[in-house]
Amino acid sequence: MGELKLMKGNEALAEAAIRAGADAYFGYPITPQSEVIEYLMAEKPFDRTGMVVLQAESEIAAINMVYGAAGTGKKVMTSSSSPGISLKQEGLSYIAGAELPCLYANVVRGGPGLGTIQPSQADYFQSTKGGGHGDYRQIVLAPASVQEMSDFVKLGFELAFKYRIAVLILSDGVIGQMMEKVELFDQIPRLTDQEVIEKYPWATTGKKKGTERRIITSLDLDSLKMEAHNHHLQAKYKTISENEVRYELIDCDDAEYIIVAYGSSARISQKAVQLARKKGIKAGLFRLITLYPFPGKEMQQLCKKGVKGWLAVEMSAGQMVEDVMLSVKGCAKVEHYGRFGGIVHSPEEVLHALEEKIIGD
Amino acid sequence: MAEITLEDIIKPENLVYKKTDLLTDKELSYCPGCGHGTAHRITMEVLEELGLEERTIGVAPVGCSVLAYEFMNIDMTQAAHGRAPAVATGIKRCWPDRIVFTYQGDGDLAAIGTAETIHACNRGEKIVIIFINNGIYGMTGGQMAPTTLPGMKSSTSPFGRDVETMGNPLKMTELVAQLPGTYFVSRQAVHSPAAVRRAKKAIKKAFENQRDNKPGLSFVEIVSNCNSGWKMTPIDANKWMEENMFPFFPLGDIKVDGQLVK
Ligand SMILES: Cc1ncc(C[n+]2csc(CCOP(=O)(O)OP(=O)(O)O)c2C)c(N)n1
Ligand code: SF4
Ligand SMILES: [Mg+2]
Repeated sequence: MGELKLMKGNEALAEAAIRAGADAYFGYPITPQSEVIEYLMAEKPFDRTGMVVLQAESEIAAINMVYGAAGTGKKVMTSSSSPGISLKQEGLSYIAGAELPCLYANVVRGGPGLGTIQPSQADYFQSTKGGGHGDYRQIVLAPASVQEMSDFVKLGFELAFKYRIAVLILSDGVIGQMMEKVELFDQIPRLTDQEVIEKYPWATTGKKKGTERRIITSLDLDSLKMEAHNHHLQAKYKTISENEVRYELIDCDDAEYIIVAYGSSARISQKAVQLARKKGIKAGLFRLITLYPFPGKEMQQLCKKGVKGWLAVEMSAGQMVEDVMLSVKGCAKVEHYGRFGGIVHSPEEVLHALEEKIIGD
Repeated sequence: MAEITLEDIIKPENLVYKKTDLLTDKELSYCPGCGHGTAHRITMEVLEELGLEERTIGVAPVGCSVLAYEFMNIDMTQAAHGRAPAVATGIKRCWPDRIVFTYQGDGDLAAIGTAETIHACNRGEKIVIIFINNGIYGMTGGQMAPTTLPGMKSSTSPFGRDVETMGNPLKMTELVAQLPGTYFVSRQAVHSPAAVRRAKKAIKKAFENQRDNKPGLSFVEIVSNCNSGWKMTPIDANKWMEENMFPFFPLGDIKVDGQLVK
């Protein structure tokens, strides 16, 4: 059993970064995720493991520091909240093009614009459909507990290096700010420089005489080569879609009505499912853990088993619901419910929406 | 008299100059007469002379020198427009014993990347910045740069730079010299053999500073030409540069060993 602690989601993420053997964190403060860099600075990981922590002059600088360091094979991460994540999109697009492994977290707040500092899930499109320019994807993990804020750091780094891709932990103000018991994993040692050089031959670590130089770039002025590179990226995303789908089914075995949700909406919806069951409604919860890749096939299979209706619950005006619709493809009714702009829905509101929008007619 | 063939000339005993192995054999993408090629050459010669190539990581910008990684035969990273100092910071912080440098144009360094430049300098990142100031956006076809001189024509200041509405040229090098984080700041040129020698000396000093872990960033500006963007012959461009650029961007060391030169 690992060390047990009572922590905020943001603190668990930061502690997990140290324990995962991260080499560096580059960030810029923004509510509701400033605890990540505050925790790191106070914990002095530079003394604990040698990890670098640097407060950059902007989110743009932070993601480009990540780009530089990731290109050298180091385990690096950043985090921010919605407005700051928008600024990182340029760098994330370059990271996708150059195929660099890295981890970042978005503790989502309500938008658009400066919006509000209250929780939201309105960055789903940005997170799962690319975000920056160009045809690219990233793996998106959606924690629903402080425990998962920690666990997904470890998992996220593993996936990032397995596929040389950016992995996003898409959290929200609720998960980032709330305190829960968390079982921390044991310290994973940082790789030595020599281990990095041996493990990642693609990394720019200094060209030895008589060897090929390494180049980290997303540029190719030859369009045919760029098309080939894009095909290579798409093939990688397909492999990821086939192998890395993660989700959790709660009370779905006999369910006639299924709520699809992730993050804090999944927790609220789980309570709504309990309330529904008490009323004799056969409801279940399909909790998304990976938002990309999206568990569409699994939804289709469930639908064929006779699910009558799906309710997509998210703190947005309806973003994830589009993917549910695409997955279920007319096999059953799909509706959206969610409060947004910084308001968190209650289990009762979710149950009401299920009864009104799905069961009612 | 027997005819003299190429084979007669290309002989080891006739060798007067050899291209450093730290430049690849790839044909440079620069316009004939452009200063970028010379700046590449002396940078790579310095790395070779100091024996640093095995532990150097370079960062290429967005600009005409975006393909610097095709010509510099070392490990290189290509950065987004203006972000090279942040990219270099990420590398240097994770590999403090590596030699890290950026190579950037004036649009890259002094417009879109102003924040990254100033903050990398202010943090005293132990990197080298080589700044090619040609007073114009060469790559995109000769638009106005932050360093375009007052009255100077470009494709986005077709009637000349009007400082009332377009602002004055930015003397980034003087600006960063004021920051405690810079250890060495120098402005040079590469338009004549004597200037090339001085520029190479400055670049050498910059890399020696980093090699010796001196406290702070070393910054070398090279005032250069863009004959294509300026719409001049290479010779006219160099003459115009001497007559117009140098008075505004005077050459010489500005800060040495952390002290401003009086
Ligand atoms: C974000 C972004 N904005 C604009 C551009 C277009 N662009 C490419 S190079 C360049 C200017 C480069 O000028 P400079 O840095 O002076 O380099 P030079 O070509 O003169 O050497 C611009 C505006 C870009 N590639 N990316
Ligand atoms: S456009 Fe200007 S800066 Fe670019 S290669 Fe030609 S002369 Fe040099
Ligand atoms: Mg220029």
